[in-house]
Amino acid sequence: MTILVIAEHDNKVLAPATLNTVAAAAKIGGDIHVLVAGQGAGAVADAAAKIAGVSKVLSADNAAYAHQLPENVAPLVAELGKGYSHILAAATSNGKNILPRVAAQLDVDQISEIISVESADTFKRPIYAGNAIATVQSNAAVKVITVRATGFDPVAAEGGSAAVEAVAAAHDAGKSSFAGEELAKSDRPELTAAKIVISGGRGMQNGDNFKHLYALADKLGAAVGASRAAVDAGFVPNDMQVGQTGKIVAPQLYIAVGISGAIQHLAGMKDSKVIVAINKDEEAPIFQVADYGLVADLFEAVPELEKLV
Amino acid sequence: MKVLVAVKRVVDYNVKVRVKADNSGVDLANVKMSMNPFCEIAVEEAVRLKEKGVATEIVVVSIGPATAQEQLRTALALGADRAILVESADELNSLAVAKLLKAVVDKEQPQLVILGKQAIDSDNNQTGQMLAALSGYAQGTFASKVEVSGDKVAVTREIDGGLQTVSLSLPAIVTTDLRLNEPRYASLPNIMKAKKKPLEVLTPDALGVSTASTNKTLKVEAPAARSAGIKVKSVAELVEKLKNEAKVI
Repeated sequence: MTILVIAEHDNKVLAPATLNTVAAAAKIGGDIHVLVAGQGAGAVADAAAKIAGVSKVLSADNAAYAHQLPENVAPLVAELGKGYSHILAAATSNGKNILPRVAAQLDVDQISEIISVESADTFKRPIYAGNAIATVQSNAAVKVITVRATGFDPVAAEGGSAAVEAVAAAHDAGKSSFAGEELAKSDRPELTAAKIVISGGRGMQNGDNFKHLYALADKLGAAVGASRAAVDAGFVPNDMQVGQTGKIVAPQLYIAVGISGAIQHLAGMKDSKVIVAINKDEEAPIFQVADYGLVADLFEAVPELEKLV
Repeated sequence: MKVLVAVKRVVDYNVKVRVKADNSGVDLANVKMSMNPFCEIAVEEAVRLKEKGVATEIVVVSIGPATAQEQLRTALALGADRAILVESADELNSLAVAKLLKAVVDKEQPQLVILGKQAIDSDNNQTGQMLAALSGYAQGTFASKVEVSGDKVAVTREIDGGLQTVSLSLPAIVTTDLRLNEPRYASLPNIMKAKKKPLEVLTPDALGVSTASTNKTLKVEAPAARSAGIKVKSVAELVEKLKNEAKVI
């Protein structure tokens, strides 16, 4: 059994989610190869070669793969993937974009967002916003799987010494092109990798009030997230959304501020180790999952918290 | 330009589902069903394209049980021109749905297909991408902005670090994210008019599509419950607990 893991990267840096995906591959068992498809991504291939447990890195370096366009990357993965028992990618926006396209090309059903490996062909995954957990078995010759990073502790980024092999295959479907991107610039840790996450909800009242959360986050070295209600209300951008349809986080500490606790939000954070809820409504459902609840006006509690930590 | 919109009948997003005692699935008896929220956004986007004069006809399609006609009527009331139900009582996996949609695409030849990015029951997030692969079309997933000009569509996508814009050749597949638009409500006169709009019923057999899946659900369980903790009285007490009891700061 040999497993192909698709590296998540921006041509410069290997994203941490790749380490969680390799961890899932290690649970399945067998040789682990990592595919780095990109342009000028040599540093990423070198980093992938150092991941503990990886025996080979395939480097497909081509202008067609520079922006991870699925029309070009999916045929590459499908072509290479035919010889593997499993193809795994992180359930990031990029993995979710590319992998179903690969699965369809291989004529197999994908298993999305696994949170555990039961055996080489059986996996657990959440459905209905995490209100049920399905155990799914695949009889596909090549099992195509996205991995929810919070379900697997990352493997060590160092310790391996895999060979890097160049892949010549160039697929350019010519149907799509990259036109631009606007990436949020922040010195704070990335939401899905942060040890502490502070999220604001509708109770924040407006985007400007998120400054209270940013101040507290900077003191704790935390990332800042938001509920869908706060995103829908236009307080903050969508890439901050934690929940069923946003990001899934499981930090050591999750502080929910002015968030009522809709099931869609709980789906994105209820696996956090410790949950703190600050809300002035003592009936808010968020208190039913919080380890520590504080019924208080957030505009008094958050600045006070910032002073005391 | 013809636009095809796919919609799914799912448990209403306000319903908290329960797992069946025999672990065969979730209990859907007597539960409110609705159009999947992302599919509502897809219908709305198509209607806006028609209002702008970009789309000339909107065909809405659903793959599902006979009762999915309700969701198709809703889409017709929102502004779709006609509907197709590919009726199947079985619970189909994404690849089967994508194959059925591909058959409808072959028949209807739309320039743009709009789908929700994921259904809130299976949470798969696969069908649009699979349909794109099977059709050989470009895909703009998780869209927050869609602009058609000439034979191209520019799709701004919600990605992990922010936004990405791609330019796709038509025909193309778009899947919707939350911020693409805010769906309207159907007015009573439009609900009445929708009853008279055409609704065609097809079957997977008639479309010549096999709905076999490589996946099998062995069991469905309730997640590990998280119990409520304690209420602290002050910020000072909270900080003390986080430092000394939970040891997380």
